[in-house]
Amino acid sequence: MSELEFRTAIRSALDEEIERDPSVVFFGEDVALAGGVFMTTPGLHDKHGNERVFDTPISELAMAGAAFGAAVTGLRPVIEIMFGDFMALPMDSLVNQAAKYWYVSNEQSSVPLVVRSAVGAGGRFGAMHSQIHGSWFQGVPGIKIVGPSNPADAKGLLKSAIRDDNPVIFLEHKRLYSMKGPEPTEEIVPLGTAAVAREGRDVTIVAALRGVRDALEAAEALVADDIDAEVVDIRSLRPLDHETVLGSVARTNRLLVVEEGTRVGGWGANLLGIVTAEALDELDDAWIVATDDTPAPYSPTLEDAWLPGPATIAAAVRERLGVTGASSSS
Amino acid sequence: MADAQIDGATEAQTERAHEQKDRPGESAHDYLERYARMRLIRLFEQEIQRLFLKGEVHGTTHLSAGQEAVPVGLCSALRPDDYVTGTYRGHGHALAKGTDPEALAAEMLGRATGVCGGRAGSMNVVDLAHGLVGCFGIVGGSIAAGTGAAMSAQRQGRVAVAFFGDGASNQGYFHECLNWAQVFSLPAVFVCENNFYGEFTPMVSVTAGGEIGIRAAAFGMPSQVVDGNDLWAVREAALEAVARARTGEGPTLLECQTYRHYGHSKSDPGKYRPPDEVDRWLARDPLDLAKARLVELGLREDELAATDADIDAQMDRAIQAALAAPYPDPARDSGSEFKA
Repeated sequence: MSELEFRTAIRSALDEEIERDPSVVFFGEDVALAGGVFMTTPGLHDKHGNERVFDTPISELAMAGAAFGAAVTGLRPVIEIMFGDFMALPMDSLVNQAAKYWYVSNEQSSVPLVVRSAVGAGGRFGAMHSQIHGSWFQGVPGIKIVGPSNPADAKGLLKSAIRDDNPVIFLEHKRLYSMKGPEPTEEIVPLGTAAVAREGRDVTIVAALRGVRDALEAAEALVADDIDAEVVDIRSLRPLDHETVLGSVARTNRLLVVEEGTRVGGWGANLLGIVTAEALDELDDAWIVATDDTPAPYSPTLEDAWLPGPATIAAAVRERLGVTGASSSS
Repeated sequence: MADAQIDGATEAQTERAHEQKDRPGESAHDYLERYARMRLIRLFEQEIQRLFLKGEVHGTTHLSAGQEAVPVGLCSALRPDDYVTGTYRGHGHALAKGTDPEALAAEMLGRATGVCGGRAGSMNVVDLAHGLVGCFGIVGGSIAAGTGAAMSAQRQGRVAVAFFGDGASNQGYFHECLNWAQVFSLPAVFVCENNFYGEFTPMVSVTAGGEIGIRAAAFGMPSQVVDGNDLWAVREAALEAVARARTGEGPTLLECQTYRHYGHSKSDPGKYRPPDEVDRWLARDPLDLAKARLVELGLREDELAATDADIDAQMDRAIQAALAAPYPDPARDSGSEFKA
């Protein structure tokens, strides 16, 4: 069976959508001639030409603002803000312009705009190149936030994002780019839907992006403890598909949300709050495993301890379920 | 230098504008229409102020009375399908581009018949049917939106104009987008409405390097400092810049020097401005200047009076109709964050 690499999935989604729709344009820093700093977009410029794929100045505010202005006048821009951390720069364009336009203009024009970024820690990039900006934008009406945990979803979600008529923030975890997985079975993956990545009956673990891989690994380790964990890949932070999580919790009665980010102000706390409000009777336990309340550290020992990895997740589940740990030596 | 600017255009600028006054094929009547549009904006702002004091217009307003020659002169050089982005002082930008005064007034009044159904209010008006991509409530936002519209315009054979104030020239938006537009040779015209005050602070006290127009030189972009109270001068500069954009020669920066008659916003009486400075500018009211020029060009007083009366009646009808319109119904008009 042929396998798809995550970065190839991204490139392939862009390639096919640029081919499919003449109004799609793709621009960003080093995306054209260099092919992207994570080598996600090589060859797109050569294939589609300078009108469709081009390099820009290092001007995130202009880039996002121009993409917004182009999106409401006939183009469908896909831009790459290289690292998610850089999203602090174009906040006004995205929060005050792109996100509000459809509603405030009384639906005069949609805003077909995608903002891709590499996000997340674990790459020893330090505090200003390791953040995930999803939670920064989660409270802003009018902007969708999605992120894949595997290559098939990367392709299907990105194609959906480009075809969507609303601004979409697209999160690509750095530690997934080299992941290989099955080819997609469907042309697109709809935005706004979570997926059950592993079925189980004892506890629901909800995670996003790279965290889904870690949760799946933890779930496999917990088998030895006779704990059967269900893993939900949230895939979309806005809209937030709490229905899928409610369905899972109805079966398991326990909810753990794993977030690569802080507990206060995170999407995990947000989800847990909604599930608690909607289904308190279904819950025997509900909690969050998050990062420490510090910026991402650089040193490998510090960063590894800061991230909620598979061992941390498995240990947290054992503790809350009162299991002493048959496999705790592994 | 600063004093000379605060007094308005230099002698040379005014002279140059008057030398260029008689464009072939353009009659005094063409300018009468433009004057009428300026009067429409003036009356609109007066009505909004009146309605604000009566509690019919809510929140805040930023009135553009005194600055009418800039949007009218600029938009007179555009085609209906060209793009314009405006600021939170944007009523004039909308009316100059063709927005219906009744729909704009209804928007200010929060009515369902408003150009944005009452969702936008004074600061965030959008009227795409007339090429008004939007007015933006954050200083500098119009510059980027206009730059983006110029990216579309480049592929559609159109031109995009971004209006912004002197305050915006110190925002990152200004520097990033002028560079961007020049790099991609976009069909854009950047129009700085320099009214010499950023909110309550004199522009000269917070702006390095003197005039704003010269900043374009850093990007290799042509620019011009224009008497923004002289309709003829603005139109002349606009025709040149728009022609450059339309023929693929890239963007232009126009610094149009002008003055707002009201304070920054509804809560500001404008007391920080020296009375003699205000008097000097009021003596150069763009409507009075245009009227005098029209008479000089041979228009009769009774023609002007008839035009004034027409505009007065039009504004009266627009305001009455807007006041009679219903408010949006929360049960029906609440809308949704996303396009389905």
